[in-house]
Amino acid sequence: MSLYRKAAIAGIGATEFSKESGRSELQLSVEAVRHALADCGLTAADVDGFTTFTMDTSSEIAVARELGCGELRFFSRINYGGGAACATVQQAAMAVATGVADCVVAYRGFNERSESRFGQVSLAAATQVNTNGLDNAWSYPMGLGTPAATVAMQATRYMHEYGATSEDFGRVAVADRRHAATNPNAFFYGKPITLEDHQASRMIVDPLHLLDCCQESDGAVALVIVSAERARDLAQKPAYISAAAQGSGVDQYVMTSYYRDDIGIPEMGVVGRELWRQSGLGPDDMQMAILYDHFTPYVLMQLEELGFCGRGEAPGFIADGAIELGGKLPINTHGGQLGEAYIHGMNGIAEGVRQIRNTSVNPVPNVEHVLVTAGTGVPTSGIVLSV
Amino acid sequence: MTAGVIRPMIGRDSRFFWEGTQVGELRIQKCNACGAKRFPPGPACQSCEAYDRGYDVAAGTGTVFSYVVHRYPPVPGKELPIVIALVDLDEGVRMVGEVVDVSDDEIEVGMRLRVDWNRIDDELTLPIWRKA
Repeated sequence: MSLYRKAAIAGIGATEFSKESGRSELQLSVEAVRHALADCGLTAADVDGFTTFTMDTSSEIAVARELGCGELRFFSRINYGGGAACATVQQAAMAVATGVADCVVAYRGFNERSESRFGQVSLAAATQVNTNGLDNAWSYPMGLGTPAATVAMQATRYMHEYGATSEDFGRVAVADRRHAATNPNAFFYGKPITLEDHQASRMIVDPLHLLDCCQESDGAVALVIVSAERARDLAQKPAYISAAAQGSGVDQYVMTSYYRDDIGIPEMGVVGRELWRQSGLGPDDMQMAILYDHFTPYVLMQLEELGFCGRGEAPGFIADGAIELGGKLPINTHGGQLGEAYIHGMNGIAEGVRQIRNTSVNPVPNVEHVLVTAGTGVPTSGIVLSV
Repeated sequence: MTAGVIRPMIGRDSRFFWEGTQVGELRIQKCNACGAKRFPPGPACQSCEAYDRGYDVAAGTGTVFSYVVHRYPPVPGKELPIVIALVDLDEGVRMVGEVVDVSDDEIEVGMRLRVDWNRIDDELTLPIWRKA
């Protein structure tokens, strides 16, 4: 038994991406779900399941109430911040593939700029009454308490071990912003940057510059997942789910997996191996990828963990525009979370679907398969979408 | 600047560590059954599955494995910028610590450090690190 092509993403929807939405997080999610259902010709009455992030502030039942849904047969939440993104699709796919549910909507909505800013030191994360809170006792009181800082710790070591430079990280930002510049839905539409801009941007946490860090955004994204068979009868060309995986490494922590020999992101290696196993595909079969880009160094580490290049070889791999449109592996053609918006990875999945449908504003020629990954530095997930 | 540092969540499995900092001891969890050392601590030995947990007092010396210079945004109870390092203790475990009196252009991987103490109040003392 396998999940290979048993389910598909049939509909995608989103709100606008802004710095101040002016409405509640619940309303954002409801709007995104409505757009996603309308996209594929379904209605709230068709929905019998929801998946979202443990971090989402709008419960499945609250979203269902506002939409006027009927009875739900399946609801599930995935832990570990942005690592949940592709796992919301995985759980939905497993539900529709097994007949546990017929139509599952994955959603994520927040006012992550105008209300609870993820880039700040989170007292709530440090004081949560569970093992995550106890784990954070070994970093937050010492002053290490922002996502940027926890990533910077890995970035310094990566530079030390492999000779990577800040310019190598900057090339990711340049690629993302080039793609955002031609995406009208991107916050940084019409605003490309140069490597010099990246280098001149202020230091946030050495070695990370401001332009190594993703945006904080308000907005919501929703995805409609149904069986492959049903998807073929709906309004849009299906984005078949060829593989969907979660991954956690040995001695895993949330953003602070510092106590194992490899302080990189081996959990993404777990995801990659499982995606290739489920799909029978490999890195060479991907015409492009959406790699979770809350911070640029992780994009380099992901390329290595997922098998696109060897350990420490990502700086060479991405040189000469390889990850830009026209390169050998274009990534984040919507502009990524640095350029379009930071919707915890869900906007990247939507872009993967658009590439399969050939409706992206930055189309990659002859796309058959798109790899999409979720948040790094945390237990994470990934999917392979196919025509 | 906000009032104070972020205080650690302390549970049954970690209380010995924070009791140690109060008396100037950097306590590293040690399995009473097999002797395996571990940081961060936990209730079950990863080597022999025993629940009988003890500790050693570390020498308080170590080497920088990695580091950051935190400049933005504000960190409660800290005057920015601050240098924070991953310190490989000579006992073979690794921990996060603030490095004081070492400038942002002086800190480097491989630098030798020694532990010191930042007494916050009667209930909390944080380990900090200085150049050895």
